Amino acid sequence: MKPAPFEYVAARSLDEALAALADAGEGGKVLAGGQSLVPLLALRLARPDVLVDVNQVAGLDRVVVDDHRLVIGALARHRAVELDEQVRRAFPLVSAAAAKIGHVAIRNRGTVGGSVAHADPAAEWPALLLALDGEVEVASPRGRRVVSAGDLYAGYLTTTLEVDEVVCEVRATLPEGRTGTSFLELARREGDFAIVGVAAVLAIEGDEVRHCRLALSGVGSTPVRARGAEELLAGAAADDAAIAAAAREVVEEIDPPGDIHGSADYRRKVAGVLVRRALSAARDEIGRMVA
Amino acid sequence: MTEPGTANARAARRVPIESVRPHQFVGQRLRRKEDARLVSGKGRYLADLVVPGMRHAAVLRSPVPHGRIAAFDASEALALDGVDAVFTGRDLLGKVGPFVEGGRLEISPVFLDKVGPEVKPHAMPVLAAEDVHFVGQPVAVVVAASRYLAEDALELIRVDYEELPVVTDPEAALAPGAPVLHGHLGDNVAAHFVVESGDVDAELDRAPHVYRGRFEVGRQASNAMEPRGVLATSDDGTGDLTVWCTSARPHLVRTFLSEMLGIPLDRIRVISPDMGGSFGTGVFSEDFLIPFVARELGRPVRWVEDRSENLLVTRHGRDQVHLVEVGYDDDGRILALKDRFLVDAGAYNQYAITVSYNAAAHARNQFDIPAVRLEGLNVLTNKAPVAPVRGAGRPEVTFMMDRVVDIVAHETGIDPVECRRRNLVRPEQMPYHAGIPYRDGVDIVYDRADFPAQLSQLCDLVDYAAFRKEQAEARREGRRLGIGFSSYMEGSGFGPHEGAVVRVDTNGHVTVYTGANAHGQGLATTLAQVCADQLGVTPEDVTVRMGDTSFIPYGIGTFASRSAVTAGTATGVAAGLVREKALAIAAELLEVSSSDLELEEGTVRVRGTPSREVSLGDVARAAAPGPRSRLPAGMEPVLEAEHYYVPPSVTWSSGTHAAVVEVDEETGFVRVLRYLTVDDCGQMLNPTIVEGQVHGGVALGLGEALTEEVIYDATGQPLTGTYMDYLLPTTAETPPITVAHQVCPSEVNPFGIKGCGEGGAVGPPAAIANAIVDALRPLDVRISRVPIRPERLLELIEVAKAGSAHDGGVGALEDGGAGSRS
Amino acid sequence: MSERRTVTVEVNGERRSGSVEPRTTLADFLRDELGLTGTHLGCEHGVCGACTVLLDGRSVRSCLMLAVQADGCSLRTVEGLAAEGGELHPVQEAFSAEHGLQCGFCTPGFLMATLELLSESPQPSEEQIRSHLSGNLCRCTGYHHIVKAVLRAAETMRGDVAASRA
Repeated sequence: MKPAPFEYVAARSLDEALAALADAGEGGKVLAGGQSLVPLLALRLARPDVLVDVNQVAGLDRVVVDDHRLVIGALARHRAVELDEQVRRAFPLVSAAAAKIGHVAIRNRGTVGGSVAHADPAAEWPALLLALDGEVEVASPRGRRVVSAGDLYAGYLTTTLEVDEVVCEVRATLPEGRTGTSFLELARREGDFAIVGVAAVLAIEGDEVRHCRLALSGVGSTPVRARGAEELLAGAAADDAAIAAAAREVVEEIDPPGDIHGSADYRRKVAGVLVRRALSAARDEIGRMVA
Repeated sequence: MTEPGTANARAARRVPIESVRPHQFVGQRLRRKEDARLVSGKGRYLADLVVPGMRHAAVLRSPVPHGRIAAFDASEALALDGVDAVFTGRDLLGKVGPFVEGGRLEISPVFLDKVGPEVKPHAMPVLAAEDVHFVGQPVAVVVAASRYLAEDALELIRVDYEELPVVTDPEAALAPGAPVLHGHLGDNVAAHFVVESGDVDAELDRAPHVYRGRFEVGRQASNAMEPRGVLATSDDGTGDLTVWCTSARPHLVRTFLSEMLGIPLDRIRVISPDMGGSFGTGVFSEDFLIPFVARELGRPVRWVEDRSENLLVTRHGRDQVHLVEVGYDDDGRILALKDRFLVDAGAYNQYAITVSYNAAAHARNQFDIPAVRLEGLNVLTNKAPVAPVRGAGRPEVTFMMDRVVDIVAHETGIDPVECRRRNLVRPEQMPYHAGIPYRDGVDIVYDRADFPAQLSQLCDLVDYAAFRKEQAEARREGRRLGIGFSSYMEGSGFGPHEGAVVRVDTNGHVTVYTGANAHGQGLATTLAQVCADQLGVTPEDVTVRMGDTSFIPYGIGTFASRSAVTAGTATGVAAGLVREKALAIAAELLEVSSSDLELEEGTVRVRGTPSREVSLGDVARAAAPGPRSRLPAGMEPVLEAEHYYVPPSVTWSSGTHAAVVEVDEETGFVRVLRYLTVDDCGQMLNPTIVEGQVHGGVALGLGEALTEEVIYDATGQPLTGTYMDYLLPTTAETPPITVAHQVCPSEVNPFGIKGCGEGGAVGPPAAIANAIVDALRPLDVRISRVPIRPERLLELIEVAKAGSAHDGGVGALEDGGAGSRS
Repeated sequence: MSERRTVTVEVNGERRSGSVEPRTTLADFLRDELGLTGTHLGCEHGVCGACTVLLDGRSVRSCLMLAVQADGCSLRTVEGLAAEGGELHPVQEAFSAEHGLQCGFCTPGFLMATLELLSESPQPSEEQIRSHLSGNLCRCTGYHHIVKAVLRAAETMRGDVAASRA
């Protein structure tokens, strides 16, 4: 299980990386943390001609919490996000999700930008970004642009980004006011990719849901936003009945794939269970804030 | 030289128990001698070995489950810089004999007479030359300057296959019209036997109730953490062959190499270096392929499999279907057991009836069942061959039997522990005759044991009554906790023999050489403990060496819970013989009668006159040949002895397990909260090591119960080729394990040892399944297959809920497990 | 075909160099070029943890890094645990004392992961230990004695720190 040969470029700046990628064209691939890419190389399932290593590019690893906004450099390691105290206080679902990515040694090395760009529909970051109104800033020789999380994912392990574009920064926001969040996963073992994962964001005003964002992993070829359930909840009372109805709606609106860890039918069922639990947990978090 | 194990050797080697010296170091929790090296990165595993001029091999494997090789083109691969050679099956024709049946060597003539199994031998080519029968079957080998290059070359080889019809299910393979894997066998039955005791049909007729059910155990892979490997060098001048390989059975590899390559036995040296586990036994194509290639090329060649190859082919096990009829009465007493079971042997049945007959021999478990009839079939399918994997038939049949006891308890409304107790063989029934022979042909008689006491000890350990309260409280909070039990028997210390040479050097240091071959079991420590006691030295004075055919002429190896029993006994007896010899020589040196001497801690003293002493080194020097020899007349030089222990039959270990689980009713997820065992492996050599064996077995069994399965799709393609899909339990899924001991020393061997290597793996599937069923009561969820995947359990829960709402539970039977009661 | 490159690392306090193709993994570099075969390869796709080493103090899978990526980095492998005189590190000592290893193949990975855990959490709970080590597979021990070994090592190391402060 050894990688096929490739050319290797260790970029020392973003411009160097962009130039190398542009030169490589379709055969180029960014190497960030490598925790998904290197196994694919070893299994010879990925066959890049040129690997452009961005690990030495400076300034791309910041983790900044600014009120309701979270800004993470593409090269920030999962472990850094997981252990960041500010993130833990302001974005507890992000801490919780980061702690579920693989194992410590994987999180020490794996990067947020790499995970976002790898576009594994079962991974944590893509679903998180959808639930947190996220966006990514990408760079190419043509300059920079911002892509919203909703526009980022095109299919299984596929983004809408061009081959010469590199993710530089990831941003996420929480709604203002009384907001509760939750991130839940169902995985066969600790650290495994989830059969289903749910990121839930719930803002409540009075007893009414003002804002709800629900995103799921593992239930489609891309991370999936449960818009039907979100709409159902918006303006509804934040009670068990409404949450149960939203969970039922999710079961209806998703069209999950099946594999040896869970059939489509199973994923649908447990997605409903997880959504209900995640929404309840988010609501209870708000309850605790008030208390 | 006659191989030990013949009738003569058997008669001559009986050891009187009175001659055994009392245990001093045996039974102590000594720290392992192996550890300092292994925790320092100084272990020497196969992939660590480098020989000057060594080249690297990679094996090309069939991507199709059944096909005929139509065309083969390696020209591009051969043109690649750094590639030395490519060999195909055709290149081996006439040069490498076929590999036929590892298991044939272990079927005793007595067993053939008594049971009369039908076993149809069929050869597996080292490289397929014409037909391929499973995905992963070796079809070519590349030798290159590095493994990286060898893998590059693999990608350049073109093979065209004419695909043939595939069968992956053993029941389908038995159906008329099924594709036949090996035409000359006539059908897909590779082995078949029936064995019985009592009149099963009459008992079933008489029984007030009969349960009919079906139980399945999925395919589990052994997954030693070290992938397999082989390194071979052939001496240019002499043609002598040296082979390092990750085999628990170097002597067996040597035997096959000699036969298949036509090299005299004693010109082959097979060495097993440090091994990263085994968890099963096996002899594999590469064990012969790599030595052949090294000889052809005249240079050392090393091959190390990668994990994908390992998951494809290395020691798959289990994969059984049991169809049972069980008669029982209103008191929950089981009156008759009829079990017809299929072992999905994969494409080549390489172990004759080893696994299937193991299942039969252990079906009765700890229970007193008046009549049993067991019919086993090894069925060929287009999957990787099945080998004995830790437990080898026992976990499968124990899962069936302990589920049956649990079902009978439920049907009769008796507490599951009470129902279990009612069926146990009672102490006053010992020695208990099972009415069928063991695989060695000797009629099964259970070794000294007390099963009801074992169960009581476990119930106390669990605090069964307290658990029921905890369960009820949890239920009120909406949490579903359950407890499940399993008990097992473990025929251990299988022969036909194991030997030990004990030698004292002129410094008084003792070396034990044995044909057993540890790979984690700590034999370097435990055999030193045995030797120290029987010789009269300390364990620090003893070095144990194994895993090399040059150490001792015959060896069987380490698997099947056998080495503590067989190598332990051989070592103890040989050490005792060395002691006798040392005392006789010391008697010459000290000019006293040997009966006046004692040997303790490496010094021979005259009893009552401690000032008169000689060291063991002095004695060894006096035993050396030459002018300074002080040997008694007629005695051979060298302070050493050799003993081959030929067990009369196996010892019978046993154990009872309990699992406490929590079930998430909405997702089907199961968490094992606690796991407890009481085992009886007789006289323990080192209780800490015994506990480690139990822990490891339990984790393997837990994987089998919940997460581990080699899965093939209907077309014969394996779907579990990486560790992302084949799920070994981690620290997070494995609960704390409480191990307690019941010690009933064996009466089979003089040291009272019973084996303990496999028992841990035998109980968990049934204990965990029973615990899940218990957690979900009053729902009547019937688990009849492991692994219990969350999805499957959720389906069962839903069916049970629907069933209890409608007709009281008949619908509550698992889809794959059509059971019925009459 | 890509050019070979020189990689220089500080490993266990010693400067070492070797020449590799870019595709060579760090694990193969350590084992084949530097002869540090205590780092084992159990799966080569980042799941089993046997190849875990410390890179600038943090645990990484050496099978999931290219050797060229480690150029200029500081590495610690199992060979660098024991003191110069051969005295075992408290973590090694504890694994032996608690029978936290059997075949020893996964052990170097567990030792390195444990070292990281104890440097971050000198007094870990059993739950923390089980979570931190869940990225390392062991087939022999059932993990029970490994967890005990880590608890013991933590205790020893806390004692050592206390003693050195006293």
